[in-house]
Amino acid sequence: MGDWKTITVPVLSSDGKNIFQYTSEKKISSSSMNSQVLHSPLPLSKSTHSIFSAFCTEENIEQSIAYLDRELTTLGFPSIYAESKGKELNLISIINCMNELLVLQHKNLRAQEEVEMQHLKLGSDMDHLQNCYAKLKEQLELSKREIVGLQERDRQLQNKNRNLHQLLKNEKDEVQKLQNIISSRATQYNHDMKRKEREYNKLKERLHQLVMNKKDKKIAMEVLNYVGRADGKRGAWRTDKTEARNEEEMYKVLLSDYEQCQKQLLLENAELKKVLQQMKKEIISLLPPQKQKPKERSEDGPVLSDLEEDIGELNKENMWELSCETVREQLTNSIRKQWRMLKNHVEKLDNQVSRVHSGALNEKDVISREDHELETEKLELEIQQCREMIRTQQQLLQQQLMSPCDDDTTLLLQDCYLLEERERLQEEWRLFREQKKNFEKERRSFTEAAIRLGLERKAFEEDRGAWLKQQFLSMSADYMHSENVTAPSAFSGSSDQDNRLVKSTSQQRRSRCVLSRPVSAEPCQTSQCVTCSSAASKKPAGDSKANQRVGSDKE
Amino acid sequence: MDFSEPFRLSALLGRFSPDGRSLASCMQYRLLVRDANTLQILQLYTCLDQIQYIEWSSDSLFILCAMYKRGIVQVWSLEQPDWHCKIDEGSVGLVASCWSPDGRHILNTTEFHLRITVWSLCTKSVSYIKYPKACQQGITFTKDGRYMAVAERRDCKDFVSIFVCSDWQLLRHFDTETQDLFGIEWAPNGCVLAVWDTCLEYKILLYSLDGRLLSTYRAYEWSLGIKSVAWSPSSQFLAIGSYDEKVHILNHVTWKKITEFEHPATIVNSKTVVYKEVEKSPSVETEQLSFPPMRALASSLFSTQSKYDITQVPVSLHHVKPAADRANPKMGIGMLAFSSDNCFLATRNDNIPNAVWIWDIQKLKLFVVLEQLGAIQCFQWDPRQPRLALCTGNSKVYLWSPAGCVSVQVPVEGDFQIVSLSWHSSGNSMALLSKDNCCMCYLDREEV
Repeated sequence: MGDWKTITVPVLSSDGKNIFQYTSEKKISSSSMNSQVLHSPLPLSKSTHSIFSAFCTEENIEQSIAYLDRELTTLGFPSIYAESKGKELNLISIINCMNELLVLQHKNLRAQEEVEMQHLKLGSDMDHLQNCYAKLKEQLELSKREIVGLQERDRQLQNKNRNLHQLLKNEKDEVQKLQNIISSRATQYNHDMKRKEREYNKLKERLHQLVMNKKDKKIAMEVLNYVGRADGKRGAWRTDKTEARNEEEMYKVLLSDYEQCQKQLLLENAELKKVLQQMKKEIISLLPPQKQKPKERSEDGPVLSDLEEDIGELNKENMWELSCETVREQLTNSIRKQWRMLKNHVEKLDNQVSRVHSGALNEKDVISREDHELETEKLELEIQQCREMIRTQQQLLQQQLMSPCDDDTTLLLQDCYLLEERERLQEEWRLFREQKKNFEKERRSFTEAAIRLGLERKAFEEDRGAWLKQQFLSMSADYMHSENVTAPSAFSGSSDQDNRLVKSTSQQRRSRCVLSRPVSAEPCQTSQCVTCSSAASKKPAGDSKANQRVGSDKE
Repeated sequence: MDFSEPFRLSALLGRFSPDGRSLASCMQYRLLVRDANTLQILQLYTCLDQIQYIEWSSDSLFILCAMYKRGIVQVWSLEQPDWHCKIDEGSVGLVASCWSPDGRHILNTTEFHLRITVWSLCTKSVSYIKYPKACQQGITFTKDGRYMAVAERRDCKDFVSIFVCSDWQLLRHFDTETQDLFGIEWAPNGCVLAVWDTCLEYKILLYSLDGRLLSTYRAYEWSLGIKSVAWSPSSQFLAIGSYDEKVHILNHVTWKKITEFEHPATIVNSKTVVYKEVEKSPSVETEQLSFPPMRALASSLFSTQSKYDITQVPVSLHHVKPAADRANPKMGIGMLAFSSDNCFLATRNDNIPNAVWIWDIQKLKLFVVLEQLGAIQCFQWDPRQPRLALCTGNSKVYLWSPAGCVSVQVPVEGDFQIVSLSWHSSGNSMALLSKDNCCMCYLDREEV
């Protein structure tokens, strides 16, 4: 808070009171300015002039100047006297002081304005806050009242709840009681029944005894003649064997029934397993191939590997023959897993469909579809462009081909093309002629070879004929000798004649053996030559004859 | 569909022979054996007293006639009419009599269930089974006739004895965990015996042929329990009808309940077909009848025609509230029967006595409901095909098959209230029994 000061001014008129009023009514907010600064209203009214004249009159000029000087010096302004303790006034300093005072005045006025503005703002804020406060107070009141009402209701409901619980408990207790009553009565009845039954049994026994004792002759069966058994067999005594047989038969009956049951169950199981496996395969086929999406691989990786494992295992082992627990569990677990995956997949698809219908754009699937459309547009554009390009090319080509003949450049071009072609053709002709010459040469050599071959064969045939003759003759000589000569190896110490004979025979045999080799070799060679000559395709008739001869000799 | 002339018959004793050739009927103390097709009388036997029970032997050669008041059983032979046999129980009395499966032994239950005497027609031997249980179904034979189970009670405990029928040797004897055994029945495959307790306790026990307890089934406590039990022909299912108007079906693999069939008074399932019998105005339209009866003019004047209408679901059936303070109340599933091909189950809820509920066993769902105008007296499945015949105490016989259902008026003069019916083993004919008369109904093969 600022403090304000009254001015002790020697001469004051009635207008001077205004100053007092003004100054006394003004509050000074805490400021960094001089607390001794005087505030006065901004607009200077007419009365100020009178105030100004009231301070300094012609009589007290020097006093007022001295006073002013004192005030100014205390305020930190330079003295207005030209020199200290002099009577001459320093005009410059006076003007400066005045200027300074004016500036100060302006500053003060501005500060005042600001402070007033702030004051107004604060006043309005205060009003606003007071309004808010009032409203909030009202609301608080209302909510408090509501809370009280709700609490009351809650209390009532809790009471009701408690009552109902109590009723329920009572009912339950009653039911329990009634049940106990019933059970106790039941036991009582049973006990009484048992007692009565025992009495009754006693009576029955007594009656039975009486009846049996009477030896009633009438209890008898009269029959004309006894009938044979239904199955024609004679009655048998009851022995241990029959007992054992009966037991056995009974167990057989039971076992056969159980076996039938088991067979049916096995069949059913097998069918169901087949169905399950089929279902599994179908589910797997329905599921989308998720290996292409690397994002999801991390999630489905283990699942996929399980899938593959399952498939592998189950296919490997042909499970339906076995019926052990683990296999069954595996199958059912794998089906459950895949069914869950399929369900998730279907749910995802459903969500996608619903989202597409609602038109949301922030899903990647929807965007991908848009992308897809964009891409298709792009591709179509490209296709258009390409088509245009092709058309232009075609046009250009047509132009080129259809250009008028009187153009030299085109003629030249045409000539160039033709020349090129001609040269190519000539090259090919040359090559062709060369090949032809080569072929001719080869043919000639082949024919010469064939002729030579023919001559050689003739010679060979003559030789062969001679040799065969010789052979035949030698064989007939051998035959005449063979009657006298036995197996040469049996005789160890043989005569010379025998030895010679043996030698001769062995020689002949050897010669035969020697000769026999070429016989086997030559046909091979001739056959080779035959094949060669047949390749050359010359003298086909001669070749066939040779073939025939070879064949007949072989036979 | 042809009908024969009615012939007189007493005490609803009209039985077809197992081989299907003859029909035995009783008239007071006379036993008549007729040919099943022509109803020509083949034999006539006279018994000593009014016959209360007749039964054919399994080879159709003998008939036993039991006269409980006199305590006498007389056996007649078809091959040799001169042959006779009389079993006199004397002062011991007689309450029940039946054949053994081999057709050569007769089991007589004496009065007060003192004992069961096994009389042999082949030898002079007599066997006794002591302490038989006095219950509704105390003796049961397996279907192949090899074993017999007898319920016994000693010292206030229930037992079951299993005998080999060929030589009456005791095979197994074991006690059952029942309070008061009510009935026993073999499964058709002869390997499982169902034993159920009195209606005060819902408990059914399943024993194997060698006496081991396979399983126990208890649906609930305290309320009245089992009323009727039926095995399916393949032994796959056991249907238990109880007083809570439900049928529980057990399966033969786990002996646990696989489903229960409810019988509410209002049917809401739209897949069920409800046939309602509706009376037509008499003597006007005879062309609406599916099968014109033989005496259309005469009978149409005195009897109302009826036909079946298919009513739209939801249907509310007529139900009765049983008297709460009487014993054996008329509520619960009192009649239960599987069809011979194992595909259908017919039930009657005694609360809703006019309706027959037919359940599809393959789907375990309600298939058809037949609502009649009168209370159902008796129904029986055709032994060859899934065809159900039922009667409601009037002179009409009703037939249902999956193809549809038909109501046929029996062309008989006078009163003919059918209370029981019995199919022939071939499925081609049916005996319709009233209190005093019997009428044969011959069905063509193509019908229904």
